[in-house]
Amino acid sequence: MSPQLLQYLLSGLTVGAIYALVALGFSIIYNASNVINFAQGEFVMIGGMATVSLIAAGLPLPLAAVLAIAATTLVGLALEKFAVERVRGESVVTLIIITIGASILLRGLASLVWDKNLHALPAFSGERPIAVGGATIVPQSLWVVGVTLAVVVALWWFFNRTLHGKAMLATSHNRLAAQLVGISVRRVLLVSFGLSAALGALAGILIAPITFTAWDVGVMLGLKGFAAAILGGLGSGPGAVLGGLALGLLEALSAGYVSSAYKDVIAFGIMLAVLVLMPGGLLGRRSAERV
Amino acid sequence: MLALAAVIALLPLALANNYFYDVAILVGLNAIVCIGLNLLIGYAGQISLGHAGFFALGAYGSAILTARYGWPPLAALAAATAGVALLAYLVGRPILRLRGHYLAMATLGLGVIISIVISNEDQYTGGPDGMSVPPLSLLGHALTGEKAWYWVVGALLLLAVWLALNLVESPGGRALRALHGSETAAEVVGIDSVRQKVMVFVLSAVFAAFAGGLTAHYSGFITPGRATFLHSIELVTMVVFGGMASTFGAVVGAAVLTTLPQLLAVLKDYEMVVFGAVMMLTLIFMPKGFVPTLAARFAPRERE
Repeated sequence: MSPQLLQYLLSGLTVGAIYALVALGFSIIYNASNVINFAQGEFVMIGGMATVSLIAAGLPLPLAAVLAIAATTLVGLALEKFAVERVRGESVVTLIIITIGASILLRGLASLVWDKNLHALPAFSGERPIAVGGATIVPQSLWVVGVTLAVVVALWWFFNRTLHGKAMLATSHNRLAAQLVGISVRRVLLVSFGLSAALGALAGILIAPITFTAWDVGVMLGLKGFAAAILGGLGSGPGAVLGGLALGLLEALSAGYVSSAYKDVIAFGIMLAVLVLMPGGLLGRRSAERV
Repeated sequence: MLALAAVIALLPLALANNYFYDVAILVGLNAIVCIGLNLLIGYAGQISLGHAGFFALGAYGSAILTARYGWPPLAALAAATAGVALLAYLVGRPILRLRGHYLAMATLGLGVIISIVISNEDQYTGGPDGMSVPPLSLLGHALTGEKAWYWVVGALLLLAVWLALNLVESPGGRALRALHGSETAAEVVGIDSVRQKVMVFVLSAVFAAFAGGLTAHYSGFITPGRATFLHSIELVTMVVFGGMASTFGAVVGAAVLTTLPQLLAVLKDYEMVVFGAVMMLTLIFMPKGFVPTLAARFAPRERE
């Protein structure tokens, strides 16, 4: 493998891991509520920005990160409680527009609470690049990939081995049946927003040392996360991870070998082609319409 | 329909200066886009998050043909609109087989691709700086001035409303509403669902491209900002805000959401916060949209 190719793969993997975390957030909320939460990208932004200002206030990084994730989770819970829960059962487009309204509101608030400048977090463990087979990788990339891996394992354990997780899965399969066996669907909805917000904030903190963070980074990260979730198959956990990594690698390779201005065009173009050939995404469930 | 005609005819009495005319013209142009988009979203139940792409292609197509190749503006406008129709047809056939959020993503992807291409092909489009566009003219007479544009756009808006209302009541329109209810059921009663969906997709793209071209010639300048995802979202928001499956709702939505940012401009830094809050609160308290909610409020027994 040429060092150049290896370099592209490594950077694709790093970005892809972030997309995967955002995509997981989309899928968790979608499973619980059939809503695509367009404010998902803002969770990423809040996580990064809150950590930046907590560190500026003198807190050590781990404490700042935990507090930022907690704050973002509260924002997610509030979004569910005060907006999404009130319009349950309305059309999907209405719900989408409400989450878009929320994302504009949160972006506006962020530009007021913080500012409109770019901010960087210090890397978690130094900036010295590590040489790998002719290519180099910054330590932060290892953090990104490692933490994502840990999150995926933890989520797998949560959804397959705990009662709460199984209740959430049951709700995604059949809401009425879940309610009949005593699952509080309202609480599942609430938990799903909290969990997605926490995942988004985590992604925002992990990527901030590499790509910087600002009040408006949520727009593009949200779009990419949505694209990754769709590419993998909406509502599928492994699909979200696969979709995120695929999208990250596609982007890195097309930026390296074709043109960095057109990397998104190529990534979205290939995604369109995949959707046309596999209308349910890579790992999506094939479903028939009930009449 | 008559009421709308009356509003358009009487509105100039309230329009104190050219700035008000300008806002009214922008409302009219956005309303034309929303009427088309409402046919797709409200009646056929197919979401599109990429219509700003069609809008911008119409605008840039017409702008490039007139400014760079010296075409007469009306021919350029017609050619750009026809080009967008062809593109929408070619893209629509494969992607309209997708459903729900997958269709939303596919149209969003299409919009993003168009937007990036427009920003990067700067030898044609002027890149992020935008490009200036010659005014609309016929046989050497240029259409300039807010008042003249107001009447042209008002007439076109009425035409668009008339077309949409007729389409909705035609067999084709009933087929669209059947699709919205259930695609499988619609096919069982003999509706070619893909053909109907592609038709309305192309029609809505044509409305968007035509209004886009007009907007470019009217304002004399066009930037890639009109092609972005946020503009697509803005258009969908207008449709949902006014009320889905209501042609007049689309007009009202366009009117409110075009004027609101102008009013909020005085708030400067707080503009986004208030805009987002208004969007959320309206839909939380009127989830069906503005016009249908009011209609149900004042005429509760009209239907069934």
